[in-house]
Amino acid sequence: MSRTIDIRPVTRIEGHAAIDIRLDDRGRVDRTRLHITSLRGFEKFLEGRQAEEAPRIVSRICGICPWMHHAASVKAVDGCFGVQPPEAGNRLRELMVTLAHINDKILHFFFLAAPDFMPGDGDGPAERSIIGLAKAFPELGRRVGRVRRTGRLMVERFVGRDIHPVAMIPGGFAKPMSPAERDLLLEGARKQLEFALWAMDWAEENIFPGMMDRMSPLGGLESGFLALVRPHDGALALYDGELRLMRPDGSFIQFAAEDYRDHLAEHVEPWSYARFPYARNWGSGLSLDPDQPGGVYRVNTLARINAADLIDTPLAQGWLDDFRARFGRPAQNEALFHRARLIELIHAAERAVEMLSDPAITGKDVSRPARPGAGRGVGCVEAPRGTLIHDYTTDDNGLITRAEIMVGTTHNLAPMNISVALAARRALDGRKPDAEALNLIETALRAYDP
Amino acid sequence: MTLSLSVECLNGCSGCEVALLDLMDELLDPAAGLRLVHLPLLMDHRHRDPLEPDTEPVPPLADIGLISGGLRTTEHLATARLMRKRCRIIIALGTCATHGGIPALANLWPKSELLDRCLAVDDSPDGGVRVEPDEDALPALLSRTYALDEALEVDYLLAGCPPHAEAVAEVVRAAAGGRATADAGRSVCDTCPTRRGTGRRPARLERGVGFPADQAELPLSELTCLLEQGRLCLGPVTSAGCARPVGTQSGPGVPGCIQARVGCRGCHGPLRPGGNQLLDLLNALASGGLDMDSLIDRPGVLRFSGAHNRLRTRSAAGDDREE
Repeated sequence: MSRTIDIRPVTRIEGHAAIDIRLDDRGRVDRTRLHITSLRGFEKFLEGRQAEEAPRIVSRICGICPWMHHAASVKAVDGCFGVQPPEAGNRLRELMVTLAHINDKILHFFFLAAPDFMPGDGDGPAERSIIGLAKAFPELGRRVGRVRRTGRLMVERFVGRDIHPVAMIPGGFAKPMSPAERDLLLEGARKQLEFALWAMDWAEENIFPGMMDRMSPLGGLESGFLALVRPHDGALALYDGELRLMRPDGSFIQFAAEDYRDHLAEHVEPWSYARFPYARNWGSGLSLDPDQPGGVYRVNTLARINAADLIDTPLAQGWLDDFRARFGRPAQNEALFHRARLIELIHAAERAVEMLSDPAITGKDVSRPARPGAGRGVGCVEAPRGTLIHDYTTDDNGLITRAEIMVGTTHNLAPMNISVALAARRALDGRKPDAEALNLIETALRAYDP
Repeated sequence: MTLSLSVECLNGCSGCEVALLDLMDELLDPAAGLRLVHLPLLMDHRHRDPLEPDTEPVPPLADIGLISGGLRTTEHLATARLMRKRCRIIIALGTCATHGGIPALANLWPKSELLDRCLAVDDSPDGGVRVEPDEDALPALLSRTYALDEALEVDYLLAGCPPHAEAVAEVVRAAAGGRATADAGRSVCDTCPTRRGTGRRPARLERGVGFPADQAELPLSELTCLLEQGRLCLGPVTSAGCARPVGTQSGPGVPGCIQARVGCRGCHGPLRPGGNQLLDLLNALASGGLDMDSLIDRPGVLRFSGAHNRLRTRSAAGDDREE
C-alpha cells in the first residue's frame, strides 16, 4: 500500500522547509523531496529602492545570519557606486563578519544540531532540544548561556544592534571603534576562543563518536564544493577572496566572485519556491537522481574546509591537519559538517582576537563618500550556511533596477535533496516507518544547517 | 503558576526567535514560571504526526501563543488559525506580525510578478520560462502579505525588529495577568539623545544613511538631530521600544540605529497601531518647510508597515483573487 510521509515543518533548522517521502506499495522509498515552502520576494521588492538602503533591508532575509546579508549587500552597493572603503573600514567589516560567524556556529551546533546526538536514549522530542541538553549537561548549559550573552553584548555595545545590524554603510563603516570598545570586545573575543577550544574537546568526548556511528550509514553523496579562498595562498576566507569550485575528485578552478554566472547556473522546480544552483560547466546540467547526481556541489563548513589549502590561524590549522589525516581531502561524509563547524569556530575566534589585538582596529578613517549613481556590483561573503552573493544593478539615480541574490543555503538545495533521499532509503527501506527513522532523516539534513 | 509558551514563525526570518533565546535562562529555570511547549526552531513538535496524517492537528495547548512573521501563504494562515485554537492568548511578536514588516514590501507587486521574477531564470539551459508552482506540493501564495490581525483575533501586539527579550517577558507577564500593556505612545525621538530644536530647517533631504562622517567621534549627546541636518530619519513617526532599558544587559538606553550613527528607518512600526508612517512623515516634513520631492522613495518609508493595505500594487493587472 503506497503512502506519502510528510514531515512538516522540518524542525531545528533556520529556514522553513518540509520533506515528503513517497513509499511504493512494497514500502520502498520511491521519491523524496525537500520543499522550501515560502517565498518573500526580496529580489523583486528591492527594485526601485535606493541602493544605499538595501543593506538594512536585506538583513531581514535571515535573523540568524543578518550580518552576512548586510555585508554582501554593502559590498554590492560599493560596486554600483564605484567606491572602495578605506582600510580601517574594511577591517571593521571583516571583524563584524567574523564575530557573527562565532555566534552563529555556537547557536547551530548546540541549539539546533547537538540534541540529535545526546548519549543514551533520550526521552524523544520533549528532551531532544537545548533544554534537554542543558539538563543532561548543566555545565554546558551555563557555558553556552554565558558565551552567547558575551557575544551579543560585545556587538550591541559597539554598534547598537546585533540582530539586523546597520553599521556597514556604502563606502565603509558607520563609526570607528574607540579604545574602550576595543578593550571590551577583545576581552569578549578571548572568552569566545576559550569556549571554542572547550567546545571541541567536549564534542570529541560527548558527540562525535555517536554522531559518526549514527550518520555514516546514511550518506554516500559524492559532490563538488564551493567556497571563498584567499587568492595568494588559498587560505580559508570568510569575508573576502576568490571563489574556488572543486570537483568531487579534488581538482578545482578559481575565479573572481563577480564572474560567478560563468560557472554557476540555476534550475527551477515546481515543488520548491527556491531555485537550485548547480555547476554550469560540468557537462551534465543538474541531476537530482541520488544514484547519478549531476552538477552538484556543496557549500558551508565542509566545503570551506575542503576547498581551503590552509587556515591561517594556528590552533584551527592544527585541527585541520588532524581532520585531513583522518578523513582526507575532499571529505564527503556529511556528518563532518559538524566537526568542520567547530574547527571554523576556533578559527573565527582566533581571528577575532588577532584583529582586535592589532592597534589598527581603532583607526579613525573608516568611510569614504559614496555618491549614488549607475553601476553594477557583486558582493560576496562566506555566510555560515555557505557562499552568499548579492548582485545589484543601479540606474543614474542610484535606484536598484535589478537584484540577484544567491543565498548560502540554496547552493545546498540540490545536495540536500539527494542526501535526504539516500538517508530515507537507508532509514526506511524494508522497515516499518517509525519516529526514530524520521528523526534519522532529519538528522542527515541538519548537518547542512539549512 | 507556570505559564506555557508556544511559538511559531510564519513568513519571518527567525530573528524574533533568536531574540527570545535571551530568555533561555528563565526558560531553563523552573522557578521562573515559564515553560516552552512548542517552538519548531528548537523542539521537534509538529502540527501533524507524519506517521498518522489523518489525525487532527495537535500542537500542544498553551497559555500564551507567540506568533512571529506575517501571512504570505495558505499554510501560514492555517498555522495561525491552529495556534488561535490551541493557545488561550495570542501575541503578535515582532513587526512582521504586527504591521507586515520588510516582507510586506512585496505588496507593491501582484504575486504573479513575484513568481515571474523568482521562479524564472533567463540565462540557463532551462530557458527563461517561468515555472508554475505545483499546488499539490507547495502552499499557494495569498494575494499579498498580511499582518496577523488582518486574519484573526490577536490579543496583544509587540512590534520590534526584533523586540528585546525584556519587552517579550513584560508582555507575556501582562498577558498572563490580563493586564493591558502600557501604551506609551512615545516615539523613537523620545528616547534619542541627539540635540533637537537647533532651529535649522533644511530645505531638502540629502541622500545618506547616517550622520556625516566628520561627526563620528562626537558623543551622541553632542550630535544634532539627523532631520535637522537634512537627512532622513523616521524617529518622529516610529514607536519607541528599540532602546534597551538602561541597566539591563547591554543597553545604554538609546535607539540602536542612532548608537550606530545611522538614522531610524522605522522598524518598530508606527506610533499608533493604525498609524501610517508615510503620511505622518510627509506631514512632519511639510510643516518644517522641506521640499517633498527630495523624499525619493516614498513606498520605502512604509518598508516595515506595508500590511493593512498601506502598500498596494501599482501594476495595471491588479490583484489576484484571494482563496
